[in-house]
Amino acid sequence: MPVTDVNSYVTEFERFDEAHGASSPSWLRAMRQKAMTRFTALGFPTTRQEEWRFTNVAPIAERVFRLSVDGGEGLRKEHLKPYRFATSDVLEIVFVNGRFAPQLSAVDDLPAGVSVRHLAGVLSHDPGRVAAHLARHADFENQPFAALNTAFLSDGAFIEIAPNAVIGPPVHIIFVSVSAGEVSHPRVLVLAGRNSQVRLVESYVGLSLSRTATFTNAVTEIVLDDGAVVDHCRVQRETAADAFHISTTQLRLAHSSAFTSHAFTFGGAIVRNDVNVLLAGEGGDCTLNGLYLADGSRLVDTHTFIDHARAHCGSHELYKGILDGRARAVFNGKILVRPDAQKTDAKQTNKTLLLSDDAQINTKPQLEIFANDVKCTHGATVGQLSADALFYVQSRGIDRRAAIQMLIRAFAADITGRVKIDPLREHLDRVLLEALAIGGEADPADAGSHDGHGETEVRT
Amino acid sequence: MLDIANLHARVGDREILQGIDLKVGTGEVHAIMGPNGSGKSTLAGVLAGRTEYLVTEGSATFDGRDLLAMAPEERAREGLFLAFQYPVELPGVNNAYFLKAALNAVRRHRGEPELDAMDFMAMVRERMKLLDIDPAMLNRPVNEGFSGGEKKRNEIFQMAVLEPRLAILDETDSGLDIDALKIVASGVNALRSPVRSTIVVTHYQRLLTYIVPDYVHVLSEGRIVKSGGKDLALELEEKGYGWIEQEEGLGLKA
Repeated sequence: MPVTDVNSYVTEFERFDEAHGASSPSWLRAMRQKAMTRFTALGFPTTRQEEWRFTNVAPIAERVFRLSVDGGEGLRKEHLKPYRFATSDVLEIVFVNGRFAPQLSAVDDLPAGVSVRHLAGVLSHDPGRVAAHLARHADFENQPFAALNTAFLSDGAFIEIAPNAVIGPPVHIIFVSVSAGEVSHPRVLVLAGRNSQVRLVESYVGLSLSRTATFTNAVTEIVLDDGAVVDHCRVQRETAADAFHISTTQLRLAHSSAFTSHAFTFGGAIVRNDVNVLLAGEGGDCTLNGLYLADGSRLVDTHTFIDHARAHCGSHELYKGILDGRARAVFNGKILVRPDAQKTDAKQTNKTLLLSDDAQINTKPQLEIFANDVKCTHGATVGQLSADALFYVQSRGIDRRAAIQMLIRAFAADITGRVKIDPLREHLDRVLLEALAIGGEADPADAGSHDGHGETEVRT
Repeated sequence: MLDIANLHARVGDREILQGIDLKVGTGEVHAIMGPNGSGKSTLAGVLAGRTEYLVTEGSATFDGRDLLAMAPEERAREGLFLAFQYPVELPGVNNAYFLKAALNAVRRHRGEPELDAMDFMAMVRERMKLLDIDPAMLNRPVNEGFSGGEKKRNEIFQMAVLEPRLAILDETDSGLDIDALKIVASGVNALRSPVRSTIVVTHYQRLLTYIVPDYVHVLSEGRIVKSGGKDLALELEEKGYGWIEQEEGLGLKA
């Protein structure tokens, strides 16, 4: 492992620890130090490691990213308008480069049963609230990016839902990255009390105008107590061609709890999303849906890991990708069914639509099943737009380009259609439409010798 | 309305149409019959603009305009409709949305105002009754999960909404039971008018009892070898395609 890549981070950490260490709770300081030690030992992953075989993070490792200092003083609420799905009936907390931005947030009028706070404040005044769970779930011992995030843990979102509370408005956490050449480590901790219900949305937005690369290294931990029901949506819109986005979403589900997540990835130079779910109690149910778009020479890598540690749990994964240009995608879905996890019901599906000859997907299920009374299915399809379907649509009077758009949107609507927050779903449909209009012009079929294409000009 | 002259077409390196001559006047119903492999569906496909067929010789004009130079969507907007032999499923594309988009594309082309959702639904409801279509079907993805008969009925339903001037029915009767057949036929007949024409491509005479043709043509090995009135269909039914072979001194595949 090339230790040289980590040097700048080590130096930065020493400065950071000196500045913040003494004023942090001792358990946090110790945890950060341990995380940094682990990061230094592990180094950035290389393609020689199985988990990173198709995703080369050298472009991230080779650059020096300064720890972000810009708190986004120049930002106004209007700048965020394109990224907000509702202006009322939503609880918004905004972070700029990982730091809480109170002037852009709206968390004053909270309904009973939910608290939406920033970690820096909690760690300063009330660290006991998070000590049991913060950084206890996302593995920073073996995962370098989670370790790096944990080493620099100082701020982020802390959402706590009281037992039996059913929260009406969705909670929207917006992480804005505005600085070029810098790294930020967005952090989220959600504790959903027994039988509570909440809807969460995480948005990652890039507003950097400069052409220098940005690096967002996010970790989200969501802990569901018995019977809790959490509906989660993750929207990644750091779409600059030079944006690097690495994320770890760690879930722990207790007895009879239910978690549904819809992840939308709209680009970035290298995007790697790890979603790890521990089904720690009987009767837990987890649904992971995802849609990723990539064109140009982007790379989107999704790794999921579902650990069926108890019996009678269900997991359902549906990930779809739309690739154009020379984009590459990776999907790796690991499912572990432990020996006592009888009556497990696990399903995993990955579907990819290739709009160009050079787009590529590496898709792999990894099933390790040690119980004998289980149901586990997995499947993957990769293909282009159906020529038959395209002709059928055209034969009804719809021009070829509109027909292509219609079919691509239909493919994507399978995922957006599952988002239950109505204004969010409509917002995503619009964002998707825009994203596809830019990327979806490529005609998937061969030029060949067919009669004209496109517009209504009459040729006689 | 439609004038086909010496049309030759191939798929890959196989010559399928080997010189088709056919004139379809406005208001006429023509049946195209023939044994399997004779080129019936190829003819329908070439007229609709399927890209796998390459026209190597001949011409086809639609109201005097070069049909073969038009993209498939243009032909549809000009008023040509193909009822597919194997209607395609479009997962994720809502039936109502699809039809409205198609109808408005045709209307825009004709310089007519587009229909809004309400007017569209009113117009569509009428057609659904005619074809005994469950209203719930409108909200389902196009053809997804439909039985064979339902798919064929959906083709005729689309036709009833789009009101084409030239309808080409490609083996619409295959896979239909007698009740479904009657419903489909009544849908087709409801559109029959002095300003519309229909080409019915079929292997069996059965459908032609309900959609009575003005002319019947027999296709064999890519050519029309015999033409006649509606009684020709009955004769064929009785005597089989082999009879044509003997009559014409040809090597027909039965």
